[in-house]
Amino acid sequence: MNDDKVGAVLVIGGGIAGMQSSLDLADSGFKVYLLEKSPTIGGAMSQLDKTFPTNDCAMCIMAPKLVETGRHQNIKLITNADLDQVEGEAGYFKVTISKHSRRVDETKCTGCGICTQRCPVEVPDDYNRGFKLRKAIYVKYPQAVPSVYAIDKDICIGCGVCSEVCGAGAVTYDQTEEKTQLDVGSIIITPGFEEFDLTKKRKEYGYGKYLNVVSSLELERMLSATGPYGGMVLRPSDGKVSKKMAFIQCVGSRDRSIGNPYCSSVCCMFAIKEAVIAQEHNPGQEATIFFMDIRAFGKEFDDYYIRAEKEHGIRFVKNNRISSIAENPKTNNLIITYISDGELVTEEFDLVTLAVGMTAPKDAKTLSEKLGVDLNEYNFCSTDILFSPLETSHPGIFVGGAFGAPKDIPDSVSEASGAAAKASSIIASERGKLVTVKEYPSEREVSDKEPRIGVFVCHCGINIGGVVDVPNVVEYAKVLPNVAYAENNLYTCSQDTQQKIKEKIEEHGLNRVIVASCTPRTHQPLFQNTVAEAGLNPYLFEMANIRDQCSWVHMREPEKATEKARDLVRMAVTKARLNSPLPKVPIEVKPSALIVGGGISGMTAALELSKQGYETFIVEREDELGGLMKRIHYELMGEEKDIQKKLKEMVKNIDSDEKIHTFTNSTVKDVSGYVGNFKTVIDHNGEDKEIDHGIVIVTTGGQEYKPSEYLYNKNENVLTQLEFEEKLAKEGKVDANTIVMIQCVGSRTEERPYCSRVCCTEAMKNSLKIKEMKPDANVYMIYKDIRTYGFSEIFYEEAARNGIKFIRYDDESKPKVSDKKGLEVKIMEPFLGEEILIKPDLLILSAATIPHPDNTDLAQMLKVPLSKHRFFLEAHMKLRPVEFATEGIFLCGLAHSPKFFEECIAQASAAVSRAATILSKDKIFVEGTVSSVNEEKCTGCGTCEMVCPYGAIRVDMEELKAKVAEVLCKGCGTCGAACPEKAIEIAHFTDMQLLSQAIAALKEGST
Amino acid sequence: MAAKFEPKLIGFLCNWCSYAGADLAGVSRYQYPANLRIVRVMCSGRMEPSLILEMFIQGADGVLIGGCHPGDCHYLEGNYQAERKVKMTKKLVKRAGLEPERLRLEWISAAEGERFAETIRDFTKQLKEMGPSPVSGDAPDIDKLMVLFAAKNAAKDFRLKLLVSRELGLVEEGNVYDEKIPQKEMDDLLESAIGYEMARCSIIFSIRDKALSVEELSERLDLPTDKVLQHIVTLRDRGLVILDRIEEDTPLYLAQEEGIK
Repeated sequence: MNDDKVGAVLVIGGGIAGMQSSLDLADSGFKVYLLEKSPTIGGAMSQLDKTFPTNDCAMCIMAPKLVETGRHQNIKLITNADLDQVEGEAGYFKVTISKHSRRVDETKCTGCGICTQRCPVEVPDDYNRGFKLRKAIYVKYPQAVPSVYAIDKDICIGCGVCSEVCGAGAVTYDQTEEKTQLDVGSIIITPGFEEFDLTKKRKEYGYGKYLNVVSSLELERMLSATGPYGGMVLRPSDGKVSKKMAFIQCVGSRDRSIGNPYCSSVCCMFAIKEAVIAQEHNPGQEATIFFMDIRAFGKEFDDYYIRAEKEHGIRFVKNNRISSIAENPKTNNLIITYISDGELVTEEFDLVTLAVGMTAPKDAKTLSEKLGVDLNEYNFCSTDILFSPLETSHPGIFVGGAFGAPKDIPDSVSEASGAAAKASSIIASERGKLVTVKEYPSEREVSDKEPRIGVFVCHCGINIGGVVDVPNVVEYAKVLPNVAYAENNLYTCSQDTQQKIKEKIEEHGLNRVIVASCTPRTHQPLFQNTVAEAGLNPYLFEMANIRDQCSWVHMREPEKATEKARDLVRMAVTKARLNSPLPKVPIEVKPSALIVGGGISGMTAALELSKQGYETFIVEREDELGGLMKRIHYELMGEEKDIQKKLKEMVKNIDSDEKIHTFTNSTVKDVSGYVGNFKTVIDHNGEDKEIDHGIVIVTTGGQEYKPSEYLYNKNENVLTQLEFEEKLAKEGKVDANTIVMIQCVGSRTEERPYCSRVCCTEAMKNSLKIKEMKPDANVYMIYKDIRTYGFSEIFYEEAARNGIKFIRYDDESKPKVSDKKGLEVKIMEPFLGEEILIKPDLLILSAATIPHPDNTDLAQMLKVPLSKHRFFLEAHMKLRPVEFATEGIFLCGLAHSPKFFEECIAQASAAVSRAATILSKDKIFVEGTVSSVNEEKCTGCGTCEMVCPYGAIRVDMEELKAKVAEVLCKGCGTCGAACPEKAIEIAHFTDMQLLSQAIAALKEGST
Repeated sequence: MAAKFEPKLIGFLCNWCSYAGADLAGVSRYQYPANLRIVRVMCSGRMEPSLILEMFIQGADGVLIGGCHPGDCHYLEGNYQAERKVKMTKKLVKRAGLEPERLRLEWISAAEGERFAETIRDFTKQLKEMGPSPVSGDAPDIDKLMVLFAAKNAAKDFRLKLLVSRELGLVEEGNVYDEKIPQKEMDDLLESAIGYEMARCSIIFSIRDKALSVEELSERLDLPTDKVLQHIVTLRDRGLVILDRIEEDTPLYLAQEEGIK
């Protein structure tokens, strides 16, 4: 590796993964260049309407990240550009980039859009999958970052009108391609994926021939509020609302005939989500999903699947691959033939959606050649999947997101963070050398001024505007006391609106700002930052939640929703008038971490933290490290298949690492403190030991369920998969002739309705091992759905090729096991339509992965939530998968949900990356919402001290007055509520503020 | 026909659980009636009885306090504090002649969007069945409103605040003698303190512009004369009531300004 290292990273691809990598790196002290081919970052996620399993609006949750990426002082966006050439090696790469001409000056364009209105040339808009037209000068989508237009030279006729109407003088027809050279220390590639080319299925499914056959991405655009049909699902043939739609799964996936034998991992959930949302947009919509296996393997995916079936009445039809679609030429309806109860059935649908598979990006080959990284046989990025899932074949170059293998958003986000940790660890010595620190303008003095409030009311596309009469709310706001300015915005969170808010603050001398849009829980920081950039203290900002708690929950009562929105704005105005500036308190950060649990995730996190230069304390309950990894012996993928050898190697690396301190036979007894300054008491071999640390990573892992069914523990020939694997590893041979495996034992049951994710692949692994050791063995696998997602599908194929027999069951036809006359398994064979009897020598149960029992106590000590299945519940299922809402506490691995080695490693690296955004700072700033004591009123009674659980307020025994330790104060307000003398105020939630806000809710004229 | 009664419902929700639960109801599009207006607080422990009572005075038909499930409080035990306070507030509400069911404390987690919507549907339905609060609307019951004022002032009083704030500690952890006060004893103590303080606040209200005698007060407030006299003594001690004048043999008392908040 090069000695002249550079503290900068190049990220290639500006989708959700690229943005996450960039933000992590930039927030932990590195300069980032984010290279994006198209004129706009945001990637595929920007095109989605909603995301599973929470039905969050994709744009809503992504917008803050878009804006943050766009305006981060340490991220340089290089859009509309391609990679030319890379030289050098890990630590120091010289990169050449070609920035194509936009023919619009990025520094001048304001994104006002007048050019687009006047442009006379129209072309189908690829972003909207051709359902809409765009102009020759355009932006991809309304919230685009950067909010800069671009001319599509291929269709521009050069009429000159855009230049004439552009007030900013930004149009520059003669702008040429620019070459830029950059020095970076490492590279992350996150180019995403390409949709499978459906025209290859034109013959079977009539895509491109029958107008009412669409792709799942096309349906998504229809469902999108900002899409061509404003959220309605219309038949492209006649514009009628679809009433009866069908989905055909696995188009371009699990299909060796077209060269894509792998599973695309996301399409099942994607289709279920689309069916649910379509029904939400159009009550009464019928939807049928034709599937081979439903692969709802992620966290709380099965709950979503169950709800879709039970509550939304989505019809699921298990079938072999649907072979073809015919069209009724009169109605343009589509005719699907399938097998139901052994009979051939023909059914007509008015719209058919093909669940389009993921393929490698189009330019994967050129990219791999320029970077010198290997691809796998399907042109995805090749990695040593098992233990280095984020490392490409080229040192110093890392991969994240769908380019490594098809995957969903949370897994892509985890990998992107993980890749950031990997990319920064090799240049850790250069941290902080190339970054600039954000300076805000000095704050305007407002205390001596009458409030002048600006109100910005958001349409949120049609999310709010489709229910609430937004202009009416704006007019109403204008006449409220102290409101100096009010306007509405299509998206108040977009980057151009941020600019506008700042301008309006200046123009109208605003000293309070209200945004009426969505929830402060996600969007307040964005707007607070905007007002701070305009010189206002962030606490002069206030939000009214007219979406989550108004338009979305009163969809069928638009008048009442509008009235409520007016009330909510009035309440916010009332509160804002009383808002005052609050200082932020700086706190020191201890650059060390506590890791609870020493399995694969905890060990990975410790090793990665050490590479980043931070000290780590691992607390492990057992007498040695390893966790569940101790029970795994061999694997299907990866270079090192001997897991125990790998485990020994990891433990050795940990033991010899000076920065890692391991405490085995230890448990956490008490956790106090806060981000940057935790103090934890552990029980170490029966003695208390205190550890000071800056952050916590929860890696408690999971356990294999001990089945109570199928004669487990009653018959010695009934084993779990892990026990069987241990037996195989120990004995090195297979004695049994006939072996039955039962899947989903303890998973996907009423008690535990989640999927344990790994068991299908584990069963393939073990059955292939049996066949390897004893080729003539009979192996039966009794399953509900085979969920070998991604490239694991290849092993399912292989198992089938090797003669493993698969028999499907469901909750009504569970296998029956008895051992009165030797072990017997009775199972309904659905294709034969009759019960068959198998007499196995060995019955292997794929037992569920269950949460660690320690989770409950630890969650209480850390004050972090658990999911309904008792795994830890992260801050946000899509975009914050490895952290809790409480700052400074992270999670990864099986503590989060069941997953594979490589996923644990990616998540552990991700947790380290997120942690580094805190650990890399000497000081962080705590919110100003703390309590304060009016010493004149305080009698020193000590009631506050009694109720404060943080010891943040204590009576000074000399002065007999209560004193607040602001660093410890969390701003809950309990002391203020308890104080008998009314001597305590809670900043930003004062009595006056709460009372007036609440009274404003009840009385219209009370402001 | 009179317009259909639409109850006014105000909710104080903690930022971490209930407010997030309400957001989740939104994200999941669980529909519920548009009667609720939400005020976000950081913790349900921030709620104080006088604030809740003020909501009824201002015309709320129902008040919802939403906090984290027991053990889940982001601030460790703010929700337990809220539980004690709401319990006491319900007693005050009841004494004011309002149905205590108009005040609800619910534990709703960030993962319970559906439960949140269901809670609002149910609470709204219940309030519709109960009809308007006697002190809401255009023609509030002035007598009940007066008692409610008294209840609010009692709730603001040092004594009740101190007792309710320390109840959790005294019952669960122990007092300065390392003794735990039995819950029953604490309940009785609170009950009597509530009765006394409300009576005292009612007395102050009755004599805020016009001096009255013990007998007149006894009649007006339906309290035994000896009790009224006892309260007058206490209130004079606290400097909240003065002897205005003596007419014939009958002393007349008048409230001091600081007693009338």
